[in-house]
Amino acid sequence: MSMTCLETIQAYGLRSIGIGENLLPKTDFTLCQQFTLIGSGLIWNLYFGVLALGFGFFLANAIALAKTARNPWVRKPAEWFVFVFRGSPLFIQFFLAYEALVLLPKGGIDILGVHIDTAWTTRAWAGALLVLFLNTAAYSAEIFFGALKSIPKGDLEAAEAYGLTGWKKFIRIEWPTMLRLGWPAYTNEAIFLFHATTLVYFSGFPAFAQKGDALYYANYFADKTFNPFIPYPIVAFYFICLTLVVTFLYGRVNARLNRHLPSNTRSKIRLRPQLIR
Amino acid sequence: MFAACADPKAIEGLTWAMCYLTSAKHVDFYWSFVTVLALLAITAPAALAMGFMGATAARSHIAPLRWLGKVYIWMVRGVPDIIFFLFFVIALDQGIEYVKSLAVCPGGEWPWQGLEFRVCADAKVPLGNSPPIWHQLYGFLLAVITFAIVFGAFVANVIYGAMNAVPRAQLETAEAYGMSRAQVFRRILVPQMWIYALPGLGNLWMILIKATPLLFLLGVKDIVYYARELGGSKTQAYEYPHGDWRLWYFLGLMVFYLVFTRVSEIGIGKLTRRLSHGQATAGGEALRKAAA
Repeated sequence: MSMTCLETIQAYGLRSIGIGENLLPKTDFTLCQQFTLIGSGLIWNLYFGVLALGFGFFLANAIALAKTARNPWVRKPAEWFVFVFRGSPLFIQFFLAYEALVLLPKGGIDILGVHIDTAWTTRAWAGALLVLFLNTAAYSAEIFFGALKSIPKGDLEAAEAYGLTGWKKFIRIEWPTMLRLGWPAYTNEAIFLFHATTLVYFSGFPAFAQKGDALYYANYFADKTFNPFIPYPIVAFYFICLTLVVTFLYGRVNARLNRHLPSNTRSKIRLRPQLIR
Repeated sequence: MFAACADPKAIEGLTWAMCYLTSAKHVDFYWSFVTVLALLAITAPAALAMGFMGATAARSHIAPLRWLGKVYIWMVRGVPDIIFFLFFVIALDQGIEYVKSLAVCPGGEWPWQGLEFRVCADAKVPLGNSPPIWHQLYGFLLAVITFAIVFGAFVANVIYGAMNAVPRAQLETAEAYGMSRAQVFRRILVPQMWIYALPGLGNLWMILIKATPLLFLLGVKDIVYYARELGGSKTQAYEYPHGDWRLWYFLGLMVFYLVFTRVSEIGIGKLTRRLSHGQATAGGEALRKAAA
């Protein structure tokens, strides 16, 4: 039985989320199959990346602020949070989270008469997302904290001279400046968070019914065909495209954050390597 | 290991814990930490050498060499490094066996046949009948080479930037003194670039530490492997039955990495201070003022 490429895309295009053909191809692997399935897996990389970054952004802001607090009861926990997530490998964090979530009682927990189901937390879509969310929050918090510290003194004095204090000063001057200064580094963080999503299905979280991410399927093909020279370059190709899209989108935000500045003093985004976390 | 541990079922409490933690499997576990440290000890200088060559090539006046260096530097950008890890380990293995097959196999068939990679038995590395330790060592060697290639590209990027950061005036002065290109490179550029490279290299060292659990993915029996093995729940059929303790083992690994990165951070800070002495940088200037 051989399928045309269009049929293959219909059968496997959404395979990673359980829609379409149930059985993965076992023999006669075509280039089209590899492109389609690996591309289908990319849905999960996007899911993890977009949601972790989206939620992580808010937590990162809160933690960056907490790190600047005078009160040690606020500052210390934030410092420890950042230290733990930045000082240990993400790979170990995944394993640890999975083993911890597995230990939750299978039947669920009853808190104050409310029944909370726990089984879903060990699934990658929830458990791995939680780890990625906390991880990116820690890395981004450090970036934003550094940016907060490097706001030019003159900007703050000017704000005070205009009578801006407290919350108003923060929301109108400090926060936008922090974002502007931290944005190039934050762009790199976003890129490498997307890269980090490929670790999910290699770190304890099982892929149920062979529903996995792009690297999961690439690995499947490499195992089945004993030929790494086709699937891995395909997944690499997809990620280069993804990196370009992320760079473009964050570049647009960067341009907006810098719009009030003369063109020669704007901060530029440079892709800097930051491999595994 | 100890006489008291002869019958683990009969003992309990502290003695049990002591016997448990010194069982043969646990000793293997402790040795796997040495594996990780050995990987770091071999990979760091190897990656530094690769990176140095890559950066030097990227600055070369010979165009093909320059392209080679630039492609090498750009190779690992934009692509998740784990893909390189998974790819290189198989690709290197097959490449080595293919080259060997050209020498030792009769016929000389193209080994990638349909769904198989087929070389004659003599071309297997290590040979099928060799003891397991050789398979382990070979796997470790492939991992080291893979780490060195991937991290070498990152080091090359840092060193390339550092070489460009050395003030032009320094190099021009050296040229004015009549030094040749090689002499300028050796006497002026290389000694001065380290202080500019250090922040980047320090960062890479931390990343390298945090990349070591990936050894597990490369099929090496490393600390992650043993943490999973030892932590998994053991029935009464085992000498030391216990429940699912993987959480505690991974917690141990977490603490190991946190301590390791923290100590490294402090060490890098000290090294930066030392290298800043007498440099025309803000750090060097601060040290000079403090001393005066």
